[in-house]
Parts: sequence; C-alpha cells; structure tokens
Amino acid sequence: MNIPSHPEENPMPQSHAPAEDRLTVSRRWLLLKIGIAFNAVVGLAITVPVLKYLFAAVKPDAAYKSWVSLGPIADFPVGETRLAKFTNPVRLSWDGETSGVACWVRRVAEREFQVFAINCAHLGCPVRWFPQSQLFMCPCHGGAYYADGSRASGPPERGLFTYDARIVGSTLQIDAGQMPTLSNTAKLVQLDGGHDRTKGDSPCRG
Amino acid sequence: MSRLKQIYSWLDHRLQLGKPLIEMAEHPIPNRTASWWYVFGSAAFTLLLLQIVTGILLALVYVPSAGEAWNSLNFLNHQLTLGWFLRAMHGWGSNFMVAVVLIHMAQVFLFGAYKYPREFTWTLGVFLLLMTLGMAFTGQVMRFDQDAYWGLGIGASIVSRVPWVGGSLVHMMLGGPIIAGATLSRFFTLHVFVIPGLMLVFTFLHVWMVLKLGINEWPMPGRVVRRSTYMAEYHELTTRDGLPFVPGGVWKDAVFSAAIIAAVAVCAVVFGPFGPSGQPDPTIIQTVPKPDFFFLWLYAVLSYLPPSLETPFLLIAPVLGIAALLGLPFYAAEGEKSWHRRPIAILVLTTVAVSFGVLTHLGTYTPWSPHMDAWSGGPSIPARFLHTASPLEREGAVVFQAKQCRNCHSIAGYGGQRGPALDDIATRMTKDQLIRQVLQGGGNMPAYGKNLSPSEVTALVSFLETLHPANEPAAADAAQAAATGPSGH
Repeated sequence: MNIPSHPEENPMPQSHAPAEDRLTVSRRWLLLKIGIAFNAVVGLAITVPVLKYLFAAVKPDAAYKSWVSLGPIADFPVGETRLAKFTNPVRLSWDGETSGVACWVRRVAEREFQVFAINCAHLGCPVRWFPQSQLFMCPCHGGAYYADGSRASGPPERGLFTYDARIVGSTLQIDAGQMPTLSNTAKLVQLDGGHDRTKGDSPCRG
Repeated sequence: MSRLKQIYSWLDHRLQLGKPLIEMAEHPIPNRTASWWYVFGSAAFTLLLLQIVTGILLALVYVPSAGEAWNSLNFLNHQLTLGWFLRAMHGWGSNFMVAVVLIHMAQVFLFGAYKYPREFTWTLGVFLLLMTLGMAFTGQVMRFDQDAYWGLGIGASIVSRVPWVGGSLVHMMLGGPIIAGATLSRFFTLHVFVIPGLMLVFTFLHVWMVLKLGINEWPMPGRVVRRSTYMAEYHELTTRDGLPFVPGGVWKDAVFSAAIIAAVAVCAVVFGPFGPSGQPDPTIIQTVPKPDFFFLWLYAVLSYLPPSLETPFLLIAPVLGIAALLGLPFYAAEGEKSWHRRPIAILVLTTVAVSFGVLTHLGTYTPWSPHMDAWSGGPSIPARFLHTASPLEREGAVVFQAKQCRNCHSIAGYGGQRGPALDDIATRMTKDQLIRQVLQGGGNMPAYGKNLSPSEVTALVSFLETLHPANEPAAADAAQAAATGPSGH
C-alpha cells in the first residue's frame, strides 16, 4: 500500500471492524481476562524477589553490629575524654572516607570507660567536647551534654547515645556498626545524670 | 517554499500532530488573562527543562560514588573547562525553580484558580511542589560534602522517630547501617531517575489540563464560581472577550522565561557554583552543618520546638500540611475567586509568607547555636570592662573566657546568642541569683556546679556583678541589705 502524495484528498481509511457475533466477542473477552490473569501471576512472581532486593538493607541491629577495637587503653588517660576513630565493620570498598566513624571515649577510672556516639541525640549532628567547661556542645541546634553524657540543655530529649564497651587484653573494644538514632538505641543505656553508672551497662566492669 | 510545505505535509501525514497542536495554539484565552501575573507556570516549566539539560551535562562527568563524588565535583569546579559554570547554572537553576514554583503556587491560590473545574490541576501541582523540594534535597546530597553528609544524618534522625518502623526506614533511606556508598547511590537514583521521571509525567498532565480546561480567568469581585454554570460562563467569556493563546498570551511567557534563564546565568557567573564544602569525612567534626536556603526555615523550626513536641510535630505537621493543600480545592471548589472577597485566604498567605521569611532569616544566623569558637577565636573582653576592675574581677573575666561562657553569651557584641547578652546582666540579677544560675543552670543553661571550683565561681560572679552601665546600679537584694548592711540610707 502506497501512501498517497496528497493526503488531504485521500483521508486515512477508517478501520471498520467486521460485525461479530456475541459468541466471538465473549471468547475474545475471555482470552483477554486470561491474559490479564497470566500477567498478574507473572507480576506477582517477579514482585516478591524485587521487594526482597529492595528491602535487602533492612536488617535487625544485631546483623550490623560487631566488636570493634579503638586501640590500646593506654591511649586514653584516666579522667579525660578523647576523640577516637574507627572504620565501620560493615563497609563497601567504594565508601571512601564515609566508612570512618568517630566517637568520644571517656576514661572514668582505670578499668571503666564510657564511649559516646558522635551524633547528637537530637538530630545526629557531630557534638564537640570542651574540656574547659566539661561540656559536649552541638553546632546544629544548640544541644549541650555534661561530661557523663547526660542532657544539660537544648532540644535533645535524652543524653548522648553510648556504645557498649569492653576491655580485651589491653585494648578497648566497642559494639558498633550502625549510625545511632532514637530508633536503634533501645538496648543502649539511658544515662540519668550523675557519675554513678548503672550496674551492668558496661561489660568492661566485670 | 513549496518543497518545505511538501516535507511538512509528508511528515504531518505520519505524525498526525499538526491539527491538535494548531488547535491548542489557537484556543481562546480570556483577554485580561494575557497578563504578566500568569507567566510563573511557564517559567517553572522552562526551569525544569534547564535543570534536565544542565543535569545531563553534569552527569557526563560526575561520579556517583561516595569515595569519588567529592573529587569529581572539585574536578568540575577547577579543572574542566567551564565545569564550574554548569555546576553554578544547575545550582542556581534549582534555587530559582523552587522560588518560581512557590510564587506560581501563591499566585494560583490568590487568584482562586484551584476552583472548579481545575481542582485536579492544583492537586498535581501540590505533588509537583513536593517533588521540586525532593529534587532540592536530593540535589544537596549529590553535592557530597560535609553539609550533605550531616544533612543526611538529620534526615535519618527525623525518619528514626517514626514509631515501630523507624529503624527499618533508616536502613531503607541509608541503604545500610551508616551514611556511606549505598546512601549516595540511592539518592542518585532518586535525583536522576525516579523523581524527574515522575515530574515529567505530572508536568505533562498538569499542562494538558491547563490547555484543555483553559487558563483561569481574571478574578472579578462578584463573579462567583458555580459548578452548574461555570463552563458556559467561561466559554462565553472567551468567545466574547478572548484572544488566541498564540501569540496573545504566550509572548509574555516567552519573554519572562528568557529573562529567568538570563537571571540564572547572571547569578551563575557572578556568584559561582555552590560548594562543595569540606570533604565528607565523618571523623572531621569541626563542622557547622547547615541546610540549603529553602530548608533553613525547617532548621529554625527544629531548634525552637520544645523537646516534647518535636517528634509529634515532625511526624504529624507535614501530613496535616499536605492534606490541607490537597484538600483545599475540594473544600472550596465554588465561590468567589477575587482576593477582594477572600480575607481569610489573604491572611493565610500573608502568615505563611511572613513565617517563611522570618524563620529563613533566623536560619541564616542561627541564634540558637553556640558559637563554637567564640571563646578562643574572637576578640577578648574589651579593656573598658576591666578598666577599674579588681584582681578578683579580672580573674573572673579569665574564667568567663576560658570556660566557654562566651560560646552562648555575648559581651560587647561578640559571642553566641543562645543565652542573653551579658553586657548589663548585673542590673537584672543579684549576686545570689548569679551564683545560683551558674551553679545550677536552668532556663536552658547547663549547670556548672561540677565544672567550676568555688574560687572560680566567686571570681566569675564578682566579674559579672561589674556588668552594668555607669549610671545604673547593680541589682541588689533589698532584704539582705536591710539585714546586714549599714542603716541610714
């Protein structure tokens, strides 16, 4: 079929469906319904693995956490709070600098440590330690915490997040692996002020 | 010429686009609608096209990998010919687009254009606004620097407040347990595929409805929208006092679009690209993270909310706000369009605009944040404060400086604004009140009882007691003065 050179004079022919009896029509509708049902089955079969792939990052906290060394305890003088850095145990080779994590280590006594997350309990900004005034201050919204991590002032609802810590040989280890937020700290210690540590919260005490 | 015509008719016979396009171009619009007030929608569309083109050009070079993104941005800025200009165009195009979309929305609201039969056009517009903001946030993440990193931290902290599923949502958002390679990859996917794809579909439908239903007529007091009569009235208006969309209305769109693109280009050349700031190394904590301009208002809200209200506000307010925007055209589908007869609408728009302006302004200088370096990095306490001071008072000034009081309290115009300025604190608080405040804190001030020795407190308070104007005495406890002081005055 050649397309005519003067389309205005030769409008496109309308397709005229031949008159069909009801039986034929209902068979075609049935075939279409079968086609739709087939698509639904295949779609469902594919959706399940796709969803599993999509939600692969959602894991229980324990799957992400493991004991990480912060170095020899001799690096942390008694009575002082120092910044420590470690590489996140769960990492990808293309993470670059972002696989690094910082935390504040406070050596309370010879064999007693408190390790605070760098993230403010308000909205996760990095808190800074001021030894002169013995305060942690957050640059974002002005949260402040005392030396033991308890809330001093500002918008945070609670004290700093803490990592579980233990001493193995002469090195300090913490149970770390994910960004601390209000949703994954249920197992962590809620500090309630004062220097007295709640019994049992620090595995290094035994 | 006839050869061209031949080619056109050959093509059109196959494309079949000529007739509908000509109909669209010739459709009549109300005469008064061919106004400069109606140019913002087309300008937003032009900016979207600009963002797509500049975005594709940047994607030729940008490396969406957490380990390399920051380096590739610096390569664009400093080494690739005119890479800085493309980055600046994309960054400024983003700012202009958010601004123009907001102005467009305010104008549509003010002109009552969301009323019958254009309710759904507004609904899609609300989603387009949300997607524009989504593009602005994910775009800030593409600029993978310290601000992007800690901005993601704030996002994750907000998401973690969702009851029950907060932890899972954080994992979904970050693509893993921490902000790292997987996080940038998924924000890249959102910024480059998911949101722009949706935006194009929604924009097509939005524009389609504007063309099919006709542009909103100029609102006149007393011309009330009724479902039963509106279509006939609009048709009558456009036939009696109308003019074809092309060129009647569209020439202003064309001029304004060109002006907007020119403005973006001028800003790009004069002010240059945004960032990147410091490298995204979370162990570098000497940083003061700040969101981009259009999220500064949110940054301000988050610092002023009382702690107990924060989670409910963060989780409920956006839902209510979006529901109100989506519900608006269905609640007020009929009635007056003119702003002369809609005082509440004017009040709402003014309140929102003023709140946005004030909160954004506060966000630019963050009076709620301690100035982390004020105690060590700025001018010391001026000599005039210590001119006649005793040795004890001078020692107090040293304590004041060394214990970082100045990070939150300013003296002589320098210092944080978290707490009150202390230039004349002695006129407001007595000695005992000062001691109590320093030792016990309160009113959003930490307690320094454990961090200051008794002699430091004595020195500090004796210094603070000198902080009053020469002609205004320090506050004194009258009862104490009567009990212990000399009588006769």
